[in-house]
Amino acid sequence: MNFDFSDEAKELGEQAKKLLAERAGTGPARKAMAEGAAAMDAQLWKDIAELGWTAARVPEAHGGLGLSVEEVAQLAEAAGGSLAHVPLISTLLATEALVLAGTEAQQAKYLPGIASGETIATVAWSEQGINNPANVKTVAKGNALSGVKQPVADLAVANLVIVAAAGPDGPQLYIVDPAAAKVGAVETVDLVRRHGRLTLENTPAEPLGNAGDYQDWLDRAAIILAYEAIGTAGAAMAMGVDYAKTRAAFGQKIGRYQAVKHKCADMYIKLELARAHALHGLAMIGMNGPELRQAAAAARVASLDALAFCAEENVQLHGGIGFTWESDCQFYYRRNRTAVAALGPRGWWADRLVRALEQRNRAAA
Amino acid sequence: MDFNDTPQEADYRAQVRAWLEDNAAEYREPAAESWKLPEFIARSKAWQAKKHAAGYTGITWPKMFGGQGLTPMHSIIYGQEESRFHVPQGLYSIGLGMCIPTVFTHGQPEVIQRYVPKALLGEEVWCQLFSEPAAGSDLAGIRTKAVKDGDEWVIDGQKVWTSFAHASDYGIVVTRTDPSQPKHKGLTMFIVNMKAPGVTVKGIKQMSGGSDFNEVFFDGVRVHDSHRLGAVGDGWKVALTTLMHERLAVGGKPRYAPGYETLMKLARGVEAPDGTPAIGASDVRQKIAQTYINDQGIKLTQMRALSALSKGQVPGPEQSISKVVVAKTMQDLASFALDLAGGDGFVAGADADPELAKLQGSYIGSAGLRIAGGTDEILRNIIAERVLGLPGDMRPDKDTPFNQSVAV
Repeated sequence: MNFDFSDEAKELGEQAKKLLAERAGTGPARKAMAEGAAAMDAQLWKDIAELGWTAARVPEAHGGLGLSVEEVAQLAEAAGGSLAHVPLISTLLATEALVLAGTEAQQAKYLPGIASGETIATVAWSEQGINNPANVKTVAKGNALSGVKQPVADLAVANLVIVAAAGPDGPQLYIVDPAAAKVGAVETVDLVRRHGRLTLENTPAEPLGNAGDYQDWLDRAAIILAYEAIGTAGAAMAMGVDYAKTRAAFGQKIGRYQAVKHKCADMYIKLELARAHALHGLAMIGMNGPELRQAAAAARVASLDALAFCAEENVQLHGGIGFTWESDCQFYYRRNRTAVAALGPRGWWADRLVRALEQRNRAAA
Repeated sequence: MDFNDTPQEADYRAQVRAWLEDNAAEYREPAAESWKLPEFIARSKAWQAKKHAAGYTGITWPKMFGGQGLTPMHSIIYGQEESRFHVPQGLYSIGLGMCIPTVFTHGQPEVIQRYVPKALLGEEVWCQLFSEPAAGSDLAGIRTKAVKDGDEWVIDGQKVWTSFAHASDYGIVVTRTDPSQPKHKGLTMFIVNMKAPGVTVKGIKQMSGGSDFNEVFFDGVRVHDSHRLGAVGDGWKVALTTLMHERLAVGGKPRYAPGYETLMKLARGVEAPDGTPAIGASDVRQKIAQTYINDQGIKLTQMRALSALSKGQVPGPEQSISKVVVAKTMQDLASFALDLAGGDGFVAGADADPELAKLQGSYIGSAGLRIAGGTDEILRNIIAERVLGLPGDMRPDKDTPFNQSVAV
């Protein structure tokens, strides 16, 4: 049995965590949320591209390294833990769509730019008035899209957008050049990662795969985002645990009190459950296993639960100081809302999990 | 990644499977009704002897103690294969899982020679006498005392929650030998003959109606000094060896416990408040999802540990979350499902639906599981302290001589 990351993937993860510990983190995140700050850390993005992180998942034939989703997961966890102010997650999610569903010609056209870091890509599914990725209202008429997508992560810096729209057989993905659409900014609860509004009015678009590919992409996106959430949750837990070891009250370190230490233990429990399901998802992708849909949905739900709990209780462990603007607690707390917005709420994914289980049971019967 | 055996593991599995096919055929189906104690003991002894002859006992023990000298992975593979049959289980899990490893780690050579082979063969049954009425989560608060008298020790006191004491020939007992020392010091462990004069075993009827464990009273019970395990005053250290083995043993969801599939099935036949099948109700679907995430999450977490073992590595601390998740999930699932079934979930005995009766059993049993082998609270302390490195719980009596904090 080999139910673990490959040594190569772990090594890449270590490298990423080390670099981002030096170059990202709450300090740079605080600078990024200042008024008038740039929409991304351009120098860090350049360095990341040079290290091959954006090339990791791109096949060698298209200028990439041809690595697996395991490497992508490691990068996502490192990015999530560091709050890195770069469009890495957005680009990784879009890359996964192109690798999964792109024709040879589409891959040849778009992937080399992603591998080199010149192309910054993002995915746009969310719209006003809808709350899950199955429900998109943006319509495709032939190869033109009309609708308004918001909030779209990293839209201001993206030069390639993968858009979910209602196609002939249900929602599916399309490739859109944002220069051909209207791009605006949208304020969100996350003050570090910028989001935008993409207005499509008969905007030219290329279909990217079909409706089935969109569902398959959702599974993969759920797993990549689960690792991002695990990274952020882990950072919030570490911050809370560190504080519990140093802060004293009633003559003791607060970490000695069971009300505090049991909270910390619950953070760890939720995080380990999320890790287990996310790893299951990666294993199912690697083995082309039949349990991918349920594993992905479980990873999504468990990782959102872990992040919500760790981010919320980290503030609580800090007491009043945790509620101040100066405290770093707010970064993880706000990022919890970003994680939900990134691919739809817990409830929808929990239902998707149950549907997958029902289907498996029917198939087994 | 893959979930396959290595070639060596596959060979061993095939060998075990073939042996079980030939030797466990009578246990292919569950017993029609549960065995009474004498039959359970007789069947357990016969099955253990059969396993022993075939080399499937003491799989991870050193060869010098009669074991097979194989890896934890071999033991796990044997357990996985054996669990496909309904062989008698439980009589030896404490003795061979915890007591005897303590005996061969800390006992004197002639004592090891005398007791270990018979225990492994299943001829003699062992129990573990640690908990007391005033020493549960706070295990070091032991009051049972042992006083030296020549070459012997005289034991007086009471133990409780002792599984299978009523079926045991021997036990390992932790006693206080020096009450003037702080509580974790001044303890000493002995092997005690459960049939010796002065030992009284009294069954405890649990809220489930079953009687798996006992009170054990010691009234002037004499034990020879050769039956001491470890040095005088080292009983706590010795007990930690035993408990380390316990933590490995207590883990996943019990085989009998209903899971998310039970709720799924139930919810198809019950109506939601709006008259539609409950399986479509959002709260039901959320509960199914949560149960799957917890139970399957623990299974997958254990597979992470197995994967490490299979590669010859030491598993990480992630396994420590198992019981604390499993027991509460069992309770929540059973409670939710019985709620959903309304009055039918309340009707018991001959009038009950068998699936609902199982849920009732799980509801009642889970309350015990949340306590046995370390309460939810103690397990959270362990995770917080040993995994996350938080400071130890406040223990104001830790450095006080025991007889100054407790009247003994």
